[in-house]
Amino acid sequence: MSVITLTVDGCDVAVPAGASLLQAAGAAGVKLPTLCHLDGLTPVGACRLCLVALEGTTKLLPACATEAAEGMAVSTTSPELREYRRMAVELFFAEGNHICAYCVSNGACELQDVAVTVGMDHSRFPYRYPQRPVDASHPWFALDHNHCILCTRCVRVCDEIEGAHVWDLAERGSDCRIISGLDQPWGEVEACTSCGKCVEVCPTGALFHREDGTSEKHPHRELPFQLRLAREQGQWRNQGQALPQALEGGGEDPS
Amino acid sequence: MRPRAGPPLPDAGAQLRRLRFATVWLAGCSGCHMSFLDLDEFLFDLADRVDIVYSPVASDIKVYPDGVDICLVEGAVANADNLELAFAVRARTALVVSFGDCAVTANVPGLRNLCGGPGHSSGEAVLRRGYVELADTHPGIPRAPGIVPELLERVLPLHEVIPVDLYLPGCPPSADRIRAALLPLLDGQRPRMDGPAMLRFG
Repeated sequence: MSVITLTVDGCDVAVPAGASLLQAAGAAGVKLPTLCHLDGLTPVGACRLCLVALEGTTKLLPACATEAAEGMAVSTTSPELREYRRMAVELFFAEGNHICAYCVSNGACELQDVAVTVGMDHSRFPYRYPQRPVDASHPWFALDHNHCILCTRCVRVCDEIEGAHVWDLAERGSDCRIISGLDQPWGEVEACTSCGKCVEVCPTGALFHREDGTSEKHPHRELPFQLRLAREQGQWRNQGQALPQALEGGGEDPS
Repeated sequence: MRPRAGPPLPDAGAQLRRLRFATVWLAGCSGCHMSFLDLDEFLFDLADRVDIVYSPVASDIKVYPDGVDICLVEGAVANADNLELAFAVRARTALVVSFGDCAVTANVPGLRNLCGGPGHSSGEAVLRRGYVELADTHPGIPRAPGIVPELLERVLPLHEVIPVDLYLPGCPPSADRIRAALLPLLDGQRPRMDGPAMLRFG
């Protein structure tokens, strides 16, 4: 395996070829704030929280979706980056209807956590209060668009791990939203296997178990990484059980 | 945008006398004030160091006084009375603290901003919903000018109405968080507002 060497905040690091700048930052001991990133899913660079500066370019790059290259000099922290990250989080809060006090994920919410990380004590942007619906047509789960930050973790986990591709994005700009099936009520989408992975990976209270009340959502967000690892390593084969032909050699290339 | 660092505390002379301390209750559930009362024994220490010159839970004074050093403001700005009191607080207070999620974000009272849709007064819409559409008998929007304060078109966080010097989020902020913010203020220092113990919403 070839190795890439680069510097992160002046610290020399070596990462395998194909690694992202987020992984390179991790190798340097730097923990960047993230929302849309989740180990085991394809990076998309949607939330812009992991933006880093690269020597030789004025453009800031999302670390999760940028491949490390030989000789790069990456800077992960500066007053400018801190300000942009805080602004991005304030915009998330101002854009939707995020009221922590009564949210299902209060206390276990990555948006709430990241607001602390970036030092957000208030939003300098006025709140929009958009009119957004709730889809409670599924017998077990519900989708509250008011809390959706369009990270697309649900879209990716359903497509890449479960293989059902129930979720997708529709519309653009401030009308952009998550849709199920062919923009049908979730409960009517036959492709949905009701596996609940989308609920587990949702960073906010947008997707939740219907029986969850305020502060009762405690998701398992390492699930996609563990599932992908299990598939890549064929962990189930160790159980001594034969697999159906279709699943044999199922270790898909993660890249 | 307003710079994040607020002004220093009251004038230097303020440290040589007893601080004039106030708390104000706008559109909120009073939970932040309950959390303030949850300071328990620390309230005695506080009473030793400050004069409480206005507070719904610690004084019976009806008019917001002049020359206040520190004021904790609970609640969003939802009606004409809230607005008038917020302006009075700003004009007569050295250091205004946005106290709790309703003051900082409009929080639950702000949910009525969803009524009526864009371009319409959510105040009118919420009254129509409550007193006309859902009325069993005698539908009609209550009006009592001068007695019942008029609702504003939108519920606003405090800092969208007046400049705020310090933000103390939480629904409610825990007594520990309130004490950790107040202790430095009493000594003329700004508290360090970072980390989950001091900043977390909800």
